[in-house]
Amino acid sequence: MNLQLKNIFLPLADFPLQIDLEIEGQATAIFGPSGAGKTSLLDLIAGLRRPASAVVRLDGRVLTDTSARITVPTRLRQIGYVPQDLALFPHLSVRHNLLYGCKDNHDSNSLFSYEHVTTVLEIAPLIERAVTNLSGGEKQRVALARALLASPRILLLDEPLASLDTVLKSKIIPYLARVRDEFHVPMLYVTHDWGEAEALCEEALIMECGKIVRGELIRKTATQEK
Amino acid sequence: MTADEWQLLWFTAWVSALSTILILPFGLATAWLLARHEWPGKSIVETLVSLPLVMPPVATGLILLKILGEKGAVGGFFYRHFDVDIAFTWRGVLIALAVMSFPLLVRSTRVAFEQVNPRLEQIARTLGASNARVFTTITLPLASHGVIGGLLLAFARALGEFGATIMVAGYISGRTATLSTEIYHSFNNGEDSHAYRLLGMSVALAFLAVWSSELFMRRRKTAQ
Repeated sequence: MNLQLKNIFLPLADFPLQIDLEIEGQATAIFGPSGAGKTSLLDLIAGLRRPASAVVRLDGRVLTDTSARITVPTRLRQIGYVPQDLALFPHLSVRHNLLYGCKDNHDSNSLFSYEHVTTVLEIAPLIERAVTNLSGGEKQRVALARALLASPRILLLDEPLASLDTVLKSKIIPYLARVRDEFHVPMLYVTHDWGEAEALCEEALIMECGKIVRGELIRKTATQEK
Repeated sequence: MTADEWQLLWFTAWVSALSTILILPFGLATAWLLARHEWPGKSIVETLVSLPLVMPPVATGLILLKILGEKGAVGGFFYRHFDVDIAFTWRGVLIALAVMSFPLLVRSTRVAFEQVNPRLEQIARTLGASNARVFTTITLPLASHGVIGGLLLAFARALGEFGATIMVAGYISGRTATLSTEIYHSFNNGEDSHAYRLLGMSVALAFLAVWSSELFMRRRKTAQ
């Protein structure tokens, strides 16, 4: 993956979001305290916030270029977004949540086919249930599956485990690792838990007051090791 | 109940229902714009929408009569080009009821839209949904109790409307008379038993509409 975030300037309540970087890794953590601007950055990438200035390119495709007045609408960005509160549609069943953004992957061998995604995330037993009747961990898996079924080119995960206790976290992390390894979708993983970043990501970008203050390599990928 | 009273009840109910259906698309659009967007002049539109709630209904009716009469901007246009009268016909009744009940629909629907978490709409967009699909599959279903409650309130308001109706459509028995105008006319003419029967019908209809509306509102609160 190549995600370019150039000349980003987005005024926030207490400070502006100012970013200028290029992300190459398959799984990158954005690590920082609450209120550092992490969610605003994800919103900006997803096209949910209008920056004062920005160039956002994903694998060469321009998503936002304010100087050229280009803003690809959110629905056309092919970005899988799992927000902190998961935003499962409460009036729809698990099945209808999953199918909401599902592309017509009739080929059951397809990476993002309904069968494959529900199998990997072990969702089959939950399909007919109402999302309001799911446990915290089940909701996480459904939200992840819903994002994957839209065949995203990148996954934005905004503190997906923040509301879970330690035991449940340890159960969900393997699912996230499986998503990373099975689907090969690059992910930006926002967290303020260093343990999660270590378990899932190759590198971490440390964010404070709207700026990336430094980057840390967590572990080398197979490509980097070669 | 006499055949004429049943006919009157039927006319009042269907013209109220029709006016409620007529304002639905405009009410939804106005409520959505007020709930979800900021634009220049928004506070003026908010005030204009609420005006019929606080102005004397007779005054609203007089404004409508000036617009919808044969010499009015809208009424004159329809009269000259289509040979259609609006004032002092059932169409006048329809428009008077629609104008008077519009604010109730907008207020209730706006609150319902504001209570829908905008994050759900945003995430629906990341899943590839267009604005129209987001509205019909996320916003509207989640606000449905408020919308239905608002529709029932608007219907109840239309059922009981008097001031604007009498100004725009007058009292023409069998043509523009509604339950309210008929009660007023009967009582003035000393037909007390007729007036009280109509009063009973009005109370029953209004009770049913408001009670259903409350029921929907309560279900919405419980669902949240």
